[in-house]
This record gives sequence, structure tokens and C-alpha cells, in this order.
Amino acid sequence: MPDFALSEDYQDLVDTVREFADEVIAPVSAKHDEEHSFPYDVVAQMAEMGLFGLPFEEEYGGMGGDYFALCLAIEQIARVDQSLAITLEAGVSLGAMPVYRFGTEEQKKRWLPELASGQSLASFGLTESEAGSDASGTKTTAKLENGEWVINGTKEFITNSGTDITKLVTVTAVTDTTTRDDGTVKKEISTFLVPTDTPGFTAEKPYNKVGWNASDTHPLTLKDVRVPEENLLGERGRGYANFVQILDEGRIAVAAMAVGAAQGCVDEALRYAKERKAFGQTIGEFQSISFKIARMQSRAHTARLAYYDAASRMLAGKPFKTEASIAKMVGSDAAMDNSRDATQIFGGYGFINEFRVARHYRDSKILEVGEGTTEVQLMLIARDMGL
Amino acid sequence: MENKALKIVVLIKHVPDAEFDRHLTGPSHTVDRSTSILSELDEYPLEAALQLVEAHGGAKKAGHQVIAVTMGPDQASAAVKKALQIGAHEGVHLSDEALAGSDAAATSLALAAVVKQIGDVDLVMAGMASTDGETSLVPAQLAERLQLPQVTFASELELQDEGGTYRIRARRDGDTHSDTIESALPAVVSVTDQINEPRYPNFKGIMAAKKKPLTTFSLADIGLETADVGFDGSWTRVESAAARPPRSHGTIITDEGDAGKQLVDFLEQQKLV
Repeated sequence: MPDFALSEDYQDLVDTVREFADEVIAPVSAKHDEEHSFPYDVVAQMAEMGLFGLPFEEEYGGMGGDYFALCLAIEQIARVDQSLAITLEAGVSLGAMPVYRFGTEEQKKRWLPELASGQSLASFGLTESEAGSDASGTKTTAKLENGEWVINGTKEFITNSGTDITKLVTVTAVTDTTTRDDGTVKKEISTFLVPTDTPGFTAEKPYNKVGWNASDTHPLTLKDVRVPEENLLGERGRGYANFVQILDEGRIAVAAMAVGAAQGCVDEALRYAKERKAFGQTIGEFQSISFKIARMQSRAHTARLAYYDAASRMLAGKPFKTEASIAKMVGSDAAMDNSRDATQIFGGYGFINEFRVARHYRDSKILEVGEGTTEVQLMLIARDMGL
Repeated sequence: MENKALKIVVLIKHVPDAEFDRHLTGPSHTVDRSTSILSELDEYPLEAALQLVEAHGGAKKAGHQVIAVTMGPDQASAAVKKALQIGAHEGVHLSDEALAGSDAAATSLALAAVVKQIGDVDLVMAGMASTDGETSLVPAQLAERLQLPQVTFASELELQDEGGTYRIRARRDGDTHSDTIESALPAVVSVTDQINEPRYPNFKGIMAAKKKPLTTFSLADIGLETADVGFDGSWTRVESAAARPPRSHGTIITDEGDAGKQLVDFLEQQKLV
């Protein structure tokens, strides 16, 4: 029978990160959200705890854990602060992971120790205005000239790309085109390591977002950015296959984040329902509220089981893509639904930005979009069923 | 001359989590420990000990050791486990049914015997109080029983390398002034919650903790008798205990032009001005 009870190591990690989130992150979340400021101090403390090195071996400066450990940490942080959860998620599963999965030994030795220790952040430059899950829209190009790749193009919505500690962006670009028999153009996509201090690389003005205000998100401009030939990450032409793999895994981490958000809404709503009185009793004594919270708890619970299942398949080396899509979709649904219910339970306070449930309400929307929209997940699930 | 490797004992306690409703239980009014954690105030001496070791060559290179010691029922080993995850190198758990109900005097007697049993200890460190009993008596009593110099409530602590040996230098903050106190080792030092910012365990620490030595001692192992500790060995006894009455509503002063006067009258009545 499947067993989703956490081992002692995982449970201790959960307890530790939960304590850290409550004691260190929660007290400053509203402030960073309001100021749209990146919480460098908190990120430094997360780095000290080794959170950015969770899934990497010690020889690369990691903690010797695994991807599931990373997911558990992300879930606990997202309970109180989605901005910091996505900073960790994007830093590790999108930033460092491509180097770890596809890098040469030299590239790994060069970049992973500083990324795993959290001294530096890496980000993943995939999305463009007309390209995301559909890579064929990619317009950024890379041309090999005299032993250097010359990269030109723009990227959109790139997390962690403009902080003071961002040192690396992995960028997808078209390296060749061939015309098929039917006349359509097939693009060859490859991935490149672009240090952020390379001339021609610019992280543009940050976006003014609906939520995730303390997370760092910029459009990127690459104008005649020249990197050495050996900065090609993975095989030439494998860029598409490689980033699909990164996104498949990343969906489990985003699902964990969504579960954290959903649970954070349950925890807050439960606490408030036991305190707030109306018509002579606590509002939790009204069935309309208690049933709402029971439903919220059920959503968080089932979404958690979905991501545990996807993660355990992935760690066991079994196919997990469809389960990752399901987990990401039900997780983001749970976060969105729970944040709507939690703000309703909080009444007027649910509409006040500094309240955690209000932040979850604004922050959860993007969970239905980032790392593949709900529609893309449905497309992948249906495709797997032969539809 | 090569310095001796340091052996630092940190006294830690498994206490009820202040997040929950804390209460006394049973006929002898002992603390209900069903939802307990490593006392937050004990994370400070542990952090201070780890920092001293790190500042003087580290555990691996210089062979220094930080040993977390607790006394308490079986479940108190959770506090030792947490200390090992944070970075202590060894754990010692004194566990014996006869210890139940020990007051500060009996506790310090038992802990002194543990420190002697460990042997060759250079520094015994403790927090400023436990978060349950809050007597702050144990470090001083322990120093007395071990016949060691004591520095209590240190808010800064450093080890001075004297070439072959160490001295400690501690800052102690009072209401009107601060003292700097030096002592030769071995010594007993308690530290305040101002001394540092305790670290959280990392995943490597969590996994490493399981491989670190954790020794459990019974009373017999440290050469004590049942009558030395517990209710029999205690100097104090709780005769009765009552729950703290619920906080009453405050006095509300409505300003009808004389609120200032009413406020001063109130403060006067309470002998606050």
C-alpha cells in the first residue's frame, strides 16, 4: 500500500522550516509586500539554513537531500509568504537545477557551490511575449561567431533576474532553423549560461504585479550579448527537451507551493473562526463557516497527496509528468479557492492588504499561470489519455 | 604550546511549548510536559558554545566538543536531538523515574554528578532561566556543587587564548552599569537572550544528528541514590497551586475634561507615582 507518512528526516525538516517561517518570515512579510522590496536578510538566513542546496550533493555545496525535501521546505514557506517561496523555488528548481541536470562537470563546479549556498541566485530565461510552454514562438537568437555565442532578444517575467545577488541567467535561444517539407519552419533551441555582468545584458524595470510583490521579476533585454562557446548548457538543439524536463519537475515544486498557500489560508481561517464572535457565538460555530473551513482543509489535503505522489514517482525514477500536471493544477485550484474562502471568512479584514489571507488572495492567482497554465496542464493530462 | 581541546557542556531543558496552554498536573503539581520543546532560552548557550568552538579552530580541526546535557523523562531526548541537529557534537540524557519532582537543588546535584561523570569538562554553559520553572538557580548551584567559578547572565562571551590554556571574558549588564568579568577555566557560565541570534538546524544537521552519540545515564550510572533527588532530595515542596485568574477588564476612563486628573489619581492609588 502507498504510504505518505513522512520519514523522521523529512518531518524534522518540515518542523524546522515551519518554525523559521513563523518566527523570521511572517513578521516581515506584510512590510516587504507593501514596499515591493526583496527581503535580502531573510534570503540570507534561508541560505544559512541550506535551503538553496537541499537537492544537491555535498560535493557541489549542497545539503545532500532530494527534490522532495525542497518541495517540503517550499510548502512551509508558502504557508506564510508566497514571494519567498517562489524565490526559493525559482532559485533552485529553475535557476540551479538546469546547471545540475545538464551542465558539464566544469560548469557544475563553477556555478553550483555559490548557488547551492544561496550566496548567488540564478534564474531561468525561457518565457517571451509569444513563447512559454509553446517554445516554437521563441524569437531570441544565438549565433556562433569566432568561438563566441552572440545572443539577441528579450525575455519576459523572469523571476530572480535582477536582485543584487543574481549572478546567472540560463537563456533559451534559437540556434538554427530548418524548413520542413510542408514549408513550416522548425526551430532548433539551445540553452546558454549568461552571467548577469555580461555586457549587453539588462534586467529592465521590475513589473508592478498583482501579487508576489516581494519576489523579483523583470523583463530582460539581451543585445549582442557575447558568451564563450563553452557556455552552451547541455547539447546544442536539446534546449527544448531540457527545459520541458525542468518544467515537469518544477510543477511539483509549484504544486507544493500552492499547497502551502492553501494550508496557510486554512490555518488563518481556523484561528480567526475560533476568535471572532458574532450574534453571541464564535463564527466557527456557524455551520456556514465550519463547513467552508472543512472544505478548505479537504482541498489542501488532497492537493498535498497529489504532489507527494508525483514527487515519490519522480524520486523512484518512474514516469511522473501527468501526475505533476495534476498536482500543479489541483494545487493551484486549492490555493485560489481557499484564498477566496479565507478572505470571505475574514470579512472586511480580508480586503486589507496587510492581512495574510488578503496577500494569499492576490498571490494565488499567478499559481494558475506560472510553470504552465491550468489550460496547459489540462492539455497535457488529456494528451496522456490519448485525446 | 598547543591548546587543549575544549570540552563544553551545554545544559538544556525540555519545556512545555509556550504557544500552548501551560498547566500543572497531578497531586504534586508538576509541569505537564505533553507538548514540549527545547527551551528557547537554552538555544542561546548552545549557539554561544558553537561560536566559541568555531572561533577557536573548530570542532573537526581542534578537536573541541560541545555536549548537550539534559535531565528529564524519556521524551526529553527530543531536546537533545534538536541540540544535535543544531550542531552539538554529543548528547547526554539523564533519565530516571526517581528524578521526577526534583527542584533546583536536586537538579543541580544530579547535573553536577553528570558533569563529573563526563569528566574533564572545561566549561559548563546554561541559559538565563528555564522557560517553565524560571528560577535561574541551577547554574549558580551547580557551580557551587562543582566548586567552580561562575559567571551568570553573560551578554557577551569570549575565550582568550593564553597559549596552552584559555580564559573566559564575559560582559554582564546591570541596570546602571556593565561589568566585564574574567575567569580561568573550568567555569560555569549562564548567558542571556541578548548574547546572540541562535541558528536554525539545516538539513545536513538534521541527518547528521542521527549518527551522533547520545548516551543515556540512570541515577546509578552517576553514583546517586533515589533519595538524593526527586521529591525526597528537594529542598522545596509545592503545597498547593491555583490557576492564574483570568485577566480582569481594565478601568476605562472617559474624558469629560478631567481624564488627566483621573489618570493621575489612578496611578497614585496604584502607588505608581
